[in-house]
Amino acid sequence: MSKKIVISSSINGDNTEFIADERDSLLDALRERIGLTGVKEGCNNGNCGACAVLLDGVLVNSCCVMAAEVDGSSVETVEGIAQGNELHPVQQAFLDEAALQCGICTPGFLVSAKALLEQNSDPTEEEIRFWLAGNLCRCTGYDKIITAVQNAAKIVQEKK
Amino acid sequence: MQDLAYFRPKSIKEAVSFLSDHGPTAKILAGGTDVIVQARERTKEISAFVDIKKIPEVMGVGIEGHRGLTIGAATPMYQIYNHSGVQKEYPAIIDSANLIGGKAIQGRASFGGNLCNSGPAADTIPTMIVLSGIANIIGPDGERKVAIEDFCTAPGQNVLKHNEILVSIHFKKPAPFSGARFIRFIPRNEMDIAVVNVASQVQMDGNTIVSSRVAIGACAPTPLLLNEISQFIDGKDFTEELLSEASELFDNLITPIEDMRGTPEHRVDLAKTLFKRTIRDAVSRANGERI
Repeated sequence: MSKKIVISSSINGDNTEFIADERDSLLDALRERIGLTGVKEGCNNGNCGACAVLLDGVLVNSCCVMAAEVDGSSVETVEGIAQGNELHPVQQAFLDEAALQCGICTPGFLVSAKALLEQNSDPTEEEIRFWLAGNLCRCTGYDKIITAVQNAAKIVQEKK
Repeated sequence: MQDLAYFRPKSIKEAVSFLSDHGPTAKILAGGTDVIVQARERTKEISAFVDIKKIPEVMGVGIEGHRGLTIGAATPMYQIYNHSGVQKEYPAIIDSANLIGGKAIQGRASFGGNLCNSGPAADTIPTMIVLSGIANIIGPDGERKVAIEDFCTAPGQNVLKHNEILVSIHFKKPAPFSGARFIRFIPRNEMDIAVVNVASQVQMDGNTIVSSRVAIGACAPTPLLLNEISQFIDGKDFTEELLSEASELFDNLITPIEDMRGTPEHRVDLAKTLFKRTIRDAVSRANGERI
C-alpha cells in the first residue's frame, strides 16, 4: 500500500493542508482529496489539457505532476479564476460566445486562456491557436473558443 | 498508478545515494511529462521517483561570457525559450525548445529529460549535437563528461547508469561568424512527433564554409551526427549546387524505417530538403540575420 503523506500548498489562494497517497498525481489529489472537481481528467497522459492548472504561476497538466511535488507551492485551478461572484472576462466570454458544448474541456481552456492573457493581453489569432494547441475540444471546432478568447482579450485590455 | 515512493533530495550526493540504494526501478523525476505517464500506464516498472528539482545545479540557464552556456538538466523548456541570452546567442536551441509539446508541456518538460528519454525523434538532441553539447554526469564514482552525439545508444537507452544523474548540458560560446538552425517536419502545425528533424551548424569565412556539423533525428535508432556531410561541404563555397550535391549523400547515409509517420523514401527526401533549409538558415544566422 502506498504511504499517506501530508502536503501543504496554497490552493486558489488558501493555505491548504491535505492528505494524499504518495502515488497520487496532482490531478487525483485535486479531485479526490480536495474536491476541486472543476479539474477534469481527459486523457490522463498529457495530451488533452483538460486537467490544466497553474503551478507557481506556470501552466501545467496536473495529470503529469505528482501531488507530492506541490508541497510548498501554489496551485490555481478553474475554481480560483472568478473574483467572488464576478466571472473572469475569459469565463464571461465563453458564456457569451457559447464556446462550449459538452464542457469537459472548458476548465482547461479557461485556465490556459487566462494564463495567455496574463502574459499577452493582445494576442493574434495565430498566437491564441498556438497557445491553446495543448487543449483539445471534440465538440466546438474551436472557432467559438478562439472568438471568446479574442473578446476576453478586449475586455482585459479595457480594464487595464 | 503504480505503488511508488516519492523522494525529494536537496543535493546531488543525496540523490545519487538514494538511486544507488534503491536500484534501477528508482527513476529520476524532472518534468515528469513522460515518466509519470509511464508509471501510470505501467509501461515501465517504477518503485520510486527521485524529484531532482530542488537541487540547484540541475535547474536554470547560465551564460558566462566566453565560457558559454550551461543548462541545468531539469530546466523546463519555457525557461529556456524565454531566456534573452539563449535567444540572442543560441537561437537553434530556441528552434527546438519552443516546439516540444503544447504550453502546458513546456511548463514542465525538461531539456535534460528530452535527452535522457533518448527518443530517436527527440527535437532537442540534433541541436545539442551540432552545438557540440557536453553532458555533465555525476554518479557514485564522481563526475564524467560525454559528448551528446555519444549519449544515446538505442531507442530509449543511453550511457547513464541507473545511479548516475545528468546534471547539466554545456555549450561553448559560439564562434564568430557561426550560426545554427533546427527544423523538423510534422504533418500538422504543432504538437506532433517529427517525421524527420535536422540541425545544422556552420562557421563561415566570407562565403566559404570553414566547418560544419549536421545532425538528423528520426532516421536511425538514435539521433546521428553526419560527419560525412561535413567532410563534403567543409572548405567549400556555400552555393546551391554544393547543397544539392551534398544532399545526394543522404541516399547512402541513412536507412530510415517505415512506420505510421512515413516511408523510408519520404524520410530520405525530407532529410535532403531539411538539410538544405537548415544550412541556408544557419549561413544567414552566421551573417547576423535574424530568422
